[in-house]
This record gives sequence, C-alpha cells and structure tokens, in this order.
Amino acid sequence: MRRRVGIIVNPIAGMGGRVGLKGTDGAEIQRRARELGAVPQAGARCALALRAMAEEGGAAELVAPAGEIGEAALAEARLEARILRDLPPPTGSAADTRAAAERLRAEGVDLILFAGGDGTARDVAGAVGTALPLLGVPTGVKMHSAVFGTSPRAAGRLAARFLEGAPSVRLREAEVMDLDEAALREGRVAARLFGLARVPHERGFLQACKAGARADDEAALDALARRIAREWPSDRLMILGCGTTLRRVKRALGGEGTLLGVDVALGGRLIATDVTEAQLLRLLGAAPAGIVAGATGGQGFLFGRGNQQISAEVIRRVGRDGITVMAGQNKLAALDPPVLHVDTGDAEVDAMLAGYMQVHTAPGQRMVMRVAAPD
Amino acid sequence: MGHPWMANATPEAKAAMLRAIGAPDIESLFAQIPAEHRFRGKLDLPPALASEVALKRHMLGLLQKNADCEQNLSFLGAGIWQHHVPAIVDEVVGRTEFLTSVWGTPMSDHGRNQAWFEFCSMLGELVGMEFVGLPVYSWGCAIGNAVRMASRLNGRREVLVPAGMDPERLDVLRQYCEPKGSHGHIAVVPVAWEKASGFLDLDDLKAKLSDKTAGVYIENPGSFGVIEARAAEIGKLARARGAEFIVGVDPISLGVLAPPGDYGADIVVGTIQTLGAHMMAGGGAGGFLASRDEERYAREYPTLNISIAPTDKPGEHGFALSLAHQSSYGMREEGKDWTGNSVYLTTIGCAAYMALLGPQGFREVGEVIVQRSHHAAKTLAGIKGLRIGFPCGFFKEFVVNFDGAGKTVAQVNDALRAQGIFGGRDLSADFPALGQSALYAVTEVHTAEDIARLAAALQEIVA
Amino acid sequence: MSDVTPREYHQARWNEPVVMELGAPGRRGITFAAPDSAAAVGPAADLLPPAMRRKSAPVLPEMTEHDTLRHYVRLSQQVLGMVGISLFGTCTMKYNPRVNEALGLRPQMAEIHPLQDPSTLQGLLEIVWNFEQILKALSGMDRFTFQAAGGADAAYTHVCVTRGWLEATGQLGQRDEIVTSIQAHPCNPATAAAGGFKVITLPLEEGGYPSVEALKAAIGPRTAALMINNPDDMGIYNPHMKEWVRLVKEAGGLAFYDHANFNGVMGKIRARDLGFDACMFMLHKTFGGPKGGGGPATGAYGCTEELARFLPKPMVNRTASGFTLDVPENSVGKVREFMGNLHIVMRAYAWARGMGAEGINEASDISVLANNYMEKGLLAIRGVTKSHPDIGGPRMEMTRYSLGTLKEETGIGVGEVANRMTDYGVDAPWLAHEPWLFPEPFTPEAGELWSKEDIDTWVAVVRKVCEEAYANPDLVKSAPHNAAIAKVQGEGCEDPARWATTWRAYLRKHRGGAAQQAAE
Repeated sequence: MRRRVGIIVNPIAGMGGRVGLKGTDGAEIQRRARELGAVPQAGARCALALRAMAEEGGAAELVAPAGEIGEAALAEARLEARILRDLPPPTGSAADTRAAAERLRAEGVDLILFAGGDGTARDVAGAVGTALPLLGVPTGVKMHSAVFGTSPRAAGRLAARFLEGAPSVRLREAEVMDLDEAALREGRVAARLFGLARVPHERGFLQACKAGARADDEAALDALARRIAREWPSDRLMILGCGTTLRRVKRALGGEGTLLGVDVALGGRLIATDVTEAQLLRLLGAAPAGIVAGATGGQGFLFGRGNQQISAEVIRRVGRDGITVMAGQNKLAALDPPVLHVDTGDAEVDAMLAGYMQVHTAPGQRMVMRVAAPD
Repeated sequence: MGHPWMANATPEAKAAMLRAIGAPDIESLFAQIPAEHRFRGKLDLPPALASEVALKRHMLGLLQKNADCEQNLSFLGAGIWQHHVPAIVDEVVGRTEFLTSVWGTPMSDHGRNQAWFEFCSMLGELVGMEFVGLPVYSWGCAIGNAVRMASRLNGRREVLVPAGMDPERLDVLRQYCEPKGSHGHIAVVPVAWEKASGFLDLDDLKAKLSDKTAGVYIENPGSFGVIEARAAEIGKLARARGAEFIVGVDPISLGVLAPPGDYGADIVVGTIQTLGAHMMAGGGAGGFLASRDEERYAREYPTLNISIAPTDKPGEHGFALSLAHQSSYGMREEGKDWTGNSVYLTTIGCAAYMALLGPQGFREVGEVIVQRSHHAAKTLAGIKGLRIGFPCGFFKEFVVNFDGAGKTVAQVNDALRAQGIFGGRDLSADFPALGQSALYAVTEVHTAEDIARLAAALQEIVA
Repeated sequence: MSDVTPREYHQARWNEPVVMELGAPGRRGITFAAPDSAAAVGPAADLLPPAMRRKSAPVLPEMTEHDTLRHYVRLSQQVLGMVGISLFGTCTMKYNPRVNEALGLRPQMAEIHPLQDPSTLQGLLEIVWNFEQILKALSGMDRFTFQAAGGADAAYTHVCVTRGWLEATGQLGQRDEIVTSIQAHPCNPATAAAGGFKVITLPLEEGGYPSVEALKAAIGPRTAALMINNPDDMGIYNPHMKEWVRLVKEAGGLAFYDHANFNGVMGKIRARDLGFDACMFMLHKTFGGPKGGGGPATGAYGCTEELARFLPKPMVNRTASGFTLDVPENSVGKVREFMGNLHIVMRAYAWARGMGAEGINEASDISVLANNYMEKGLLAIRGVTKSHPDIGGPRMEMTRYSLGTLKEETGIGVGEVANRMTDYGVDAPWLAHEPWLFPEPFTPEAGELWSKEDIDTWVAVVRKVCEEAYANPDLVKSAPHNAAIAKVQGEGCEDPARWATTWRAYLRKHRGGAAQQAAE
C-alpha cells in the first residue's frame, strides 16, 4: 500500500528569531515580529524539505491542510498533494496546528512532517501523542526537542527513507521540550519536558570497525538502570528525576512511574509518584536519601529545568555526594561545549554543585563532566 | 638523499612541501610538543643496514641459527602442528592486494571479504554449524571468548574443563576468566580423566555440574590426542543443568571425525593453524567461534562477522559486516570482550586450503593422519620400556611414557635432538600423574621411514 | 598544491561465484596417500570410535589445484589494498619491505615450532632480543613482551599486568577504575571492561583535549590505571601529559601510553621520559609489518623494571651461554598461546635495521610535514572543514576533517564520498571511532611512504568527488561505478532472518533450503 505523509506548516514559526525575539508564541509577539520586519519563512523551509524528500525517491502520497499551514509549501515545492479543505478557518494560533494534526491522524497517515519549532512540536505531539510518528523540519527559534532533522533537507531525506521502509531507519522515543518563552525573553532558558513523540531515526554510518562499536545509548542505559535499581541500599530513599532516562530506572523498579514528574522509591519499589517539593522535604526527614537525576538533551541541565521539585533545599539536604547522574554517552558527546548546567535558584547550592562530576553512562562506565553554575 | 621506503625523503620534496605550507623548517611543525617533553639525546640504535643486500645478509645470518622442522625430524605438537602447507596457499597469502589491504569499503575490499565469507562457509560445513565469526587470535582466546559468551548467556560464573587440557590454552582461558577477586571472575574447574581411556570422568563431571555451571568445555581430539567418544552424553548432561556445551576441535580431523554440531555442541571453537598456516614459532596460531544461527548466540559474538548481502545490481552478491553495532557492552551488565586486528590474512590462506582439499581431501588427510599416528604408536609400543598412555582411539597425537625405561623425557629429548630429532612435548611437569610422558604428534608430513628412524633412535636411547 | 587530474581507473570485475558453487564431483586439488601405514594398522575407520566417525562428507567444493589458485587470485584482484593510494589514518600505511616476506617463507622462520628447545631457536630469540633493545631505546622502558597479537591485545596485556600488580600489592578489588579519554581508541575502555575494571571517560574540552581539572575529578584511591594516547587522532598533542602522569601516579595508579599514533613522534619523545610506567607499539603499523587485512599483528608491550616481573611468560633473556626463555617472577600467565607473532617481530626488526635511528627520525619528520601539506590542500575544498577549526598551528601526523558542510548542502555524507573515491583508485579513508564528535568525519594519514604526487592525487580525488556532490549528487550516491561490484546493501546484515555468515545459512534463508534439497 502506498504510504501517506501528512504535512503541517506553522507559518509564523521562526519569525521571531531574525528580529531578536525569542519565539512567536502569542498574538502580541507575532504582531511585534511583523512590525520589526520579520517575514514568514517556515513555508519556504518546508518546501526545501519536501523537495529533498521527493528527490530521495519518496513515492508517498502527500496530505496537507489548505492554505498557509500546508498547501502553500507544497505549491512552492511544486508537488502534488491531497488537500484537506474542510478544516476550520485558520486563527493564526496553536489551535490551527492541533486541529490539523488531529485531522491527519484521523486520515490515517503514516507520518506527520511538520515545519516549526518547539512550540509546534509540542502542539503536534499534544494532538497525536505517540500514536503516530512525527518528524520536524527545523524552522523555529527554539528547537530543543529531539524531534527535528538537522536541516530542512536532512529532515526531508530522513522522511523519505522512513516511508520507503529503509531498515537502517527506526522509530525511537524522543523528548518534546517546552520552553517558557516569557522566561526566555527575560534571558533565562527554562526548558521543561512536555512529553514524548515517536520519531524516525537513522543510525549513523558505521565503517568496517577497527574496534567494537558502541551500542546505542538505549541498551546501555537500560542495563545501567537495572544495575542502579538492584544495587541501591534498601533503607535509603531514592529520589528519581524526570524524563526518559529516569523512567528506565522507574521501570526497573517494577513500576511505571511518571515521565514528567519526580518519583520516590524505597526498598526496591516506587512509594510515591509525582511528588512536590514539600512532600520530598517531609520524606527526607524520615530516612537517608539520594537523588538520581538525568540531564536534558541539547542543553545539559541537571537541576532547575523541569525537575524544580528537587529544589535547592532538597539538594542541600541530600548533599553533592548523594547525587547520582546518569545520561547516555552519545547524549553527553553531543553537548557542545561538554558542560552540564544547574540553576536551582540558590547561588550557594549552585556553587556546591559546580565543578566536575562523574556521570554514569553504562554499567561500570562513567564520564567526567564539568557542571557550571549560572554566571 | 632518497630512501627506498620513503618517497618524500628527497630535499626537493621536503622543500616543495615546506614552501606550500609556508613553514620555515620541519622542526617548526612540532610546535605542539612542549620543550620539556622532547627527547634530545642520541637514539641508541644499531647502525642502519642501508641496502637490501646487507639487510638480507644480516637477517639470514640470524635465521640460520635456527634449526627448523624440515631439516630436522619433529614430533612436536601440543597447540601448533606441522602439517603440509600447499604451495598455492603461500602464493595466495603473499598476494600484495591481500597483504596490504586494511579497511576499505565492502566494494573496494570485495575479493577479501568474499574469501572471508568462504572461510566461514567451509569451516561451517566442517564443524556442522551455520553461524561462524571471523577468526580470533588463537584457539585459547576462542575458548576464553566462548566461556565469557556462555557466562553472559546464562549469568553463571563457573566453567568445567578437562583436567588434561593443554596448559598453554588453559593459561589463556584463566586470563580471560579473570583472577579471583576481579569483578568478572569466572571459576575454572577441572574435571578428571579416566586413567585407562583418557576420556572425561563422567562421575566427576556429574559431581561438579551444578546450576552454577555456565559451560562445559571438552576437546575433540583432547590434549592427549584422545577422541572423546562420549561427547554426546557429556553434552546432554551439560544441557540438562542449563549449561552451554562448548566443544574445541582441530578442524583437520573433521573429514573423518563427526562434526560437533552432530553431537549437540552449542558453541564450537578450535584452531585454524592446521588449515594451511605455517607454524612460524607459534605465529601461525588462530582460533574460531561457531554456533547454530540463533539470534541468542549471534548477539553475543565478540568477533567481526561477515554476511553475504545483495548489491544495487540485481542478482549480484556482496559481503558486509554483520552485527557490527552490537556489543555486549550495555546489553548485559558484564563487561564486553573486544575486537581489533586478528589473524585475517591467515584466514584467507585457510580458505584456499579448505577449497583445495574438498570433501575427499579432508577424508584422505584425516585417514592418513589416523593411520600414520597409530602406526607410529604401535611401533613405539614395541620398544621395551616404552608404553603408550592411551592406546585406543586417538587422532594424531598420543602419549608415550618412559617410566619403564628409567629415563626422563628431558634426557630422551636431549639424546634425540643430538640425532636431529625433536621428540614430543614433555608432559612431566604439567601432568605429574602421567609420570615421565611426552606427547608425540604424527601427521601427513611424516613417512614410514620417519617412524622407523624415530623408533631406531629411541630403541638405542632407552636400551 | 600541484594540479592533478584524477586518473581513470577500473577494478577487475570477474563476477566470481562463491567458492561453494564451484567445482564438479570427483575433482581433486590435492591428494594424500599412505598405503604403507594402512598395511600396518588397517583401515582408518576401524581406529576411530564408531560414535565419533563422520557420517556424511562435508559439503565442500571439489576443485583442481589450478581452479583453486585461479579463484583466489581473481579474488585478490578484486581488492584495492595499497595498489592504489590508501591513506588510512591511525593505521599508518607504510611500505612492507618484500625482502621480509621472502625471509618469512624460509623454513628457519616458517617451519619452526614454538616448543622446540631454545638451543634450536637461537636465531629467532636473538632477533627478539635485538628488537627489544631497539624499542627500549625508543621508549626508555626496561622490558618488552611480544605475546599480544595486536594493539588491542597489548592494551589487554596492560590490563592483565595491572591486575597482577594490584594482586601483588594487595589492592585488587580496591583499585577497580581505569581512566581514559573519549578520544582514546575504544580498545582501551573495552579491554579495561573485559578485564573487570570500571571505566571513567574524560571528554575533550577547550584546547581539544581533556582538562587537568577533569582528570583530577576522575582519579583517587580507586584508580588502577590511566590508559591514554597522545597525540590523538585529530592531530592534537596534549601538552599537559607529564602533569597527567604525575597526578595519576600520585593517586597510586599506573600510567599506560597507547602509542598507536607513534609515527609522528618517533625519536621526538619517549614514554618513560614523560613518566609512563608502560607503553605499547604496533609493529604492524609503525614498524613496517603488513596489515594483512587485519593481522596477524603484534602489539609490543613495554614497561618499567618494577612491572616487568608481572609480564606474560616466557620472556627472552640473554645469558653467557646464549638466549633463554624464562618465566617472570610474578607472571600474569598468558594472553595468547606461545610467544606471539614472532614472524611479525622479525619483519619489524628488519624494518628498523633498514631505517636506522636517522631513518626513523626522518620518517616522523616526513609524516608530520606531509600531513600539514595535505591539510592545506584539503581545506581549500568546498565542503571540507577540520576538527577543532579554532585551534590553529600545525597538527601532528594526522588531522581529522569533517564533511558536515557537504552533508548539509548536498545530502552526501562521508560514506558516499568514500565509495566514490574508490572509483579513482583511492581506497576509503578512516572515518572516526564512535561516538562521532564531529559530523561526517574522515581521518587520512599521509605517512612517510606516499609521495607528494600521491598526496596531491588523493587531495584531487577528494576535490573531484566533492565537486560531483554539488553538481551531480546521484553520481556520488550510487557509487562505486568502477568497482568489482555495485554498492552493497548491508541493511539485511542486522536482521536475523536475513543475515548469513555461511553459505549454508544463505541457502536456508534465501534459497528456500536448497541445501537440504542438495543434500537429499
């Protein structure tokens, strides 16, 4: 059966970047962006991706909403598509993206290729969850989510290879990040994990190896999670941060836990999920405790982004030596520069955390990473 | 001045390159190295032998101080054996393209990759297995890899091995199993042999088999040359306790001996040296791993593996690495083994050897070895004072005991050497239970006259 | 750079079947006969335990001697090797003097048994001893063993020696961590892990190497050893290495120098002078032994007198009455059977004698000069950048480059470029170990063998292929066009239902069990 790909363009994504605005969430910012001379570019970048997809030999059927949120980019790319003309009229807001994504899901497409930034990713993922693979054409200002191709053309080529069923392309779970744009405009980067998406991913080219190649981070982290769960002292509280890496530990403890929340384990099983700072402080009074934390991809935040429940006070009471950090080696290697960040809001705790720290990457394997406090 | 091995040794080439990069001199290119790291003394090396004539003369002068096994008559084996190396094997291995290839692409290395695949295919036929990895350093290393594989597969930390196992291979295995106190230690537990037959003692095996046993390792033929006739039963006992059954073989025997796949082996290991590699003082060593083509095993191979694969041209074959991304690292909590350079040129010679022999060649060479070695044993058994340790059912090696002659193996071998004969490997230090015994290897290179000459020499020595 | 036009090239294309399809029933490549013994002992089958006799013959080809020879010669012609130009980085592609190959076939080298009495191996032992003196001079170390069958095996030897030293000093189990860098060859962390150690990896920081501060955070009372190379594969030399070694030794660990990249520093630095306890040289790389497609190889492992008592057995010693084989006092045993690939040691010794001290020094000079010369040419090509572009100054004998820009702009990555390069008779370069710290990496090493014209040609081929990537990407994507076969589709090699490492697996999976049919 011919495979189908749905196209969504967030026409205003990326407009803020060129004029020094951090993102385009909200009508007021969009108005200011236009006043500052920003021009929409998402459509053009999406067209680049679509051309690359066609050139790669993608014979998929294209399905797109009418107008600027799809059809226009297809016209620019001079590609045939089935146009959905029965969607509600565009409002210029996130609702357009969500409506289009829900409609494409109902159409039963095999992949949604969307052009936008983190906000768009959040909207698409919010509408389809992990039910449907999606892939981002990077056009936004903020692109911390691990759902984007490295360039528009790369995204198009990857989509084509996924649709043709290339065995080297697999689906993996990727974190969708959501940045607080108001904070960003105040000069603070405040990303938090919004949810998960399923994203095509192509394994890197492997040359006839002179030595053992490294496994994907996934297998190493699962083994590490099992080891941490198994070897944790039974009388010691384990405070588990959020994200996919930590969810591996939560699963190794036999529970599902929360993806986005902070959970607590004792005696080899989860005893509390999605806890608040206040709950953590109460628990800390009852037993010795340690923290297991991950790092956000792209930026490498340990504390202060998404896991604010593990507050400065919680960290202070646990102490630096009570913190176990785990992260995939590829994730760490991709940090440029190779630095992890903390921003707990408490300068003293930040200073305590700063310096070098050993990060677990696999059972028996650690990487020494520099931890930086805010300037 | 020009140098035959360095094209850019001419002043002209150096000057042209310096000019192109705008550097004043070569020394300036080493700016990264701090002065306090630099060695400024004079390298204390012997003077250069600047011509091929002089170099060859010097090297021959040294090599001629060796006494080789062509000029002398050798009965040494025990891990490296003197077999006939067909002339075409030397030509194939000496081809410049094979000799100098490194890691190109599956296309630029196509011929070599095909030869590797052919090696695995033909070895797979000999051992009766469908999955064969590219070779590892040696038989002992292959045992180490296989035991670690077994341990990863079932999470157990003990391996049972024959007490009569070759000491060289045992030393290597112990290294791979890590010393006691090390994180990944696997206990190596010897199982006794039956005094009369040399077979594995099944009662001792049963007593030592437990749910801690990761694997049971036997060899066919065993280190004393004996063919383990109850291999299938040993395999059943091992499997019944959830252990992997690992069998080591000398593949030159497999034209006449049953392939281990037929008697229940889970993992097969062995040497490749007997498939056309010169002894080279041990440099001919090489080992292999094979198993059924089951994902469970395949995913634990520490070797490079090469698979046949289609190309962009319909109907055409190519060969590419398989499971190269895999590593036991991360997939299991245990540390992984490693891959690197191995013995891949030897592998190509082995491929040519196996193709040259074919089914009839392997049967014939096996028969000749069995007959010759039994002929030799029978002849030596007729000498007063000599006794054959395990006189029935051996392949090419057999144990000769000198207790009745009142001589040590060392004395006998010294006397033989004076007559240009290298006697069998002295077992007395490693296996005191065998008394003054030596392991004699007889292969297709030995003639009836050689056997008669050995017998006459021994007769005289022990008289 | 000289302006060179890449030459037209086409590899032999024999469409050679897999050997399993060749031959015909009854053909023989070689025969063996021994009627005299048969008369003495009877049929061979009667001498074997009935249960252990082979029931059906192995399914091998039946070919004549000539057919077999011709098949493998044809396969050899479908290998590019060093007949073209191969600048495979980190492997130091150098000339393998053929006089050594000829010497290797002499019976005094080929037909000697490792268990012969040492009195009959005096020539070989003298070669080993002589060569050990040469490596001692080049490194400042006290003893060398040649038992390791490759560089990775020498790293493993260090792990074993470390264990032996820890055991002897009562620290085994207490010191269980080995420190390395992300740029060290993966054999270092891999052998450390296989030897039972935890591995601590340092990332690269400003300057292109890990910081001293990161090292300090990695070492302590659990540190067993540091395993590090220098310069790294990007051509960066860590100038703080002396301090590193001092810190590791102060923490109570051993310092091991992986001298994989020795070619650029031969005669310029010595491991012992920098404080290292042990080091490793690869004789199949730096010392002229042939690659052989990956061995037989030799990793020469050297160490100080303090560690020498732990070395694998046996060691070659010189006494008044000749050369002897001895077991070190606290030997860790063996890493491989017998004494190592001494036929490769013989070649390395001959190479070193052919070069002499001056020649070895000059080879380093030339390899660093040639790399910097090549860098100039490569960086002039659109789409090519170098690793750590902000770090100026000359690199050592290697530089790592990136085709990330080319990939962004054309969709063509380093794998496809490498395939196309072979169409011009230039073999694929080394890319980089994983993880890739720079996108689409490639790492050529000019060395002292290749002429300026060869380097010019190599650069011209990269330029030509990059130009093709912009102008005619499909031509590059579908390459090679002039090789023995078309591009291999390797995806099925990861699929249990499709991979086949033997012909019988292939028949079962891809030809519907033709094997069974043939057998019946």
